[in-house]
Amino acid sequence: MSGIFVVMEQQKGCISSISWEALAAGQQLGTQLGQSVCTVLVGAQTGELANEFTGKPLGRVVCVEHPLLGQYTADGFTLALHQLVQSEAPAYVIFPHTYQVRDYAPALAARMGQVLIGDVVEIGEGPIFKRQLLQGRMDGVYRPTGNGPCFLSVQSGAFHPAQTEGNASSIQDTTSVVPQTSHDECRALAPVSVFTPILDPAQIRTSPGEPFRDAVQTVDLGSAQLIVSVGRGIKDAGNIPLVAELATALGAELAASRPICDQGWLPAERQVGSSGHTVSPKLYLAIGISGAIQHLVGMKGSQCIVAINKDPDAPIFEVADYGIVGDLFEVVPALTAAVKAAKQ
Amino acid sequence: MKIVVAIKQVLERDAQVRIDTAGTWIDESGYQYEMNEPDAYALEEALQLREAQGGEVIVVSAGPERVGTTIREALAKGADRAIHILCDDFGARDALGVARLLAAAIQPENPALILTGLQSEDLGYGQTGVILAELLGLPHASLILHVEITGTGLKVKRELEEGWFQFVELPTPAVLTIQSGGNKLRYATLMGIKRAKSKETRLVAAAELATDSIPVVRLEQVSLPRKQKSTQILTGTPQEATAALVEKLKFEVRVL
Repeated sequence: MSGIFVVMEQQKGCISSISWEALAAGQQLGTQLGQSVCTVLVGAQTGELANEFTGKPLGRVVCVEHPLLGQYTADGFTLALHQLVQSEAPAYVIFPHTYQVRDYAPALAARMGQVLIGDVVEIGEGPIFKRQLLQGRMDGVYRPTGNGPCFLSVQSGAFHPAQTEGNASSIQDTTSVVPQTSHDECRALAPVSVFTPILDPAQIRTSPGEPFRDAVQTVDLGSAQLIVSVGRGIKDAGNIPLVAELATALGAELAASRPICDQGWLPAERQVGSSGHTVSPKLYLAIGISGAIQHLVGMKGSQCIVAINKDPDAPIFEVADYGIVGDLFEVVPALTAAVKAAKQ
Repeated sequence: MKIVVAIKQVLERDAQVRIDTAGTWIDESGYQYEMNEPDAYALEEALQLREAQGGEVIVVSAGPERVGTTIREALAKGADRAIHILCDDFGARDALGVARLLAAAIQPENPALILTGLQSEDLGYGQTGVILAELLGLPHASLILHVEITGTGLKVKRELEEGWFQFVELPTPAVLTIQSGGNKLRYATLMGIKRAKSKETRLVAAAELATDSIPVVRLEQVSLPRKQKSTQILTGTPQEATAALVEKLKFEVRVL
């Protein structure tokens, strides 16, 4: 058992940016362990995607191709990757931590008697893997102790694809993967091979529909320059006007963390986080938001983050530039008044 | 329809984190515990399905004795009966070890549907439901906001990233992990709390289920997070702190 496989994910016909981050994590681990890194693409046809590797000094690329992999299903992806991992016996299999990966990678690992170490933010000597616990209030260090391949998924924003320097030692192996393998015509620098899993339509038990959006979007948080965002700390729907008034005074868009939208206090289109919008405004003012990972991934790219929270240990303060520790019901009206005064 | 809901008891939200002397977990003394919120949404979905279709809702939870309070809450909200897998080494088991316990307890019930929250608020693995499906050989769908029973099985609304959704059809029996926000959570009524006292909770010792508990992944050490940025905390009265913030917003961030 040797080598590191990184399973890339596509989004709208391109390799998603978090996949390149997963590859960066794979390369870091590869350097640390002196093992080769192999990039894996999954789909009905992956030739176009493999072209994205052109000019990149990568190791091997394996395209797992089958007509039944054209649309994602947990059954299809689990079966296909199980066959690949059994045939190739890598020591590590790394995924980006996406909704899709969360839907099948735990089953894939369990099928091999292993456990996915999900949402990894740091890789240390050992190797050991750090991930967050208690909604970001504590870090945990995990060590794989099994004898099978180790499955990992990496959190968005934790590894930087800019550091995706080629792992020169790994550009060696051009051998075919399995008897069904044929060389792809892709002109990537990396040797590309195709792995054809054996899949039967009867094995795919779910039938997924086309993605859709729920309602017409009336607000464009993605392009907002100033955002005032509210979380559980606001306690009651009746208190929302307090932050709405601050947003108006600042000329900012109003946004919220998931629980606020779950309760119906603000519409879902104003939700920031992994299940809502990803934003990167000049100013993100987080009010009564503790800063769970799912929220942080949606806003940590903001240029300036200000947090108002009564709990000095709230994880939001780990990413904030400025903080006020205090009761939002006192601080927010004072801030609204101060902003209004400053604008006069 | 017979529905099993797997629920977890977790540390109260926003509890101050105190790490134990060994540095391997929190010092558990003195904390309050509550039902994992995504599991509360799974229970709500199950109760609504039963109200519409008839059937039975069974909650199953693994953990030490204290888990009983969360089970009673689920019964008070309307679950028909419960299975408590008594397990004192719960924290030492990895996601697969816990799912094996749940699978062994659920299998004899032979339910048409198994629901659980998409993730726990303490460990946040988000894997239990998916591994359960794998162990039980059942199809699954994750991050589900709405469940519709059809002639052939289920049609579920699945959340995708960044505000997108899709419908997924799958046959029963099946496992679904439920995303929060699909329903409004109910509170236990006084009548419900009274009724819960006469409902059955079957205690099963983890050892009786004879599952493999040797972990393949070990949580070795915990620590308080180190700051990614050096936050400048603005102190003073609300008026002083906000006046200082407005200065920063005006002259440093330049957004005023």
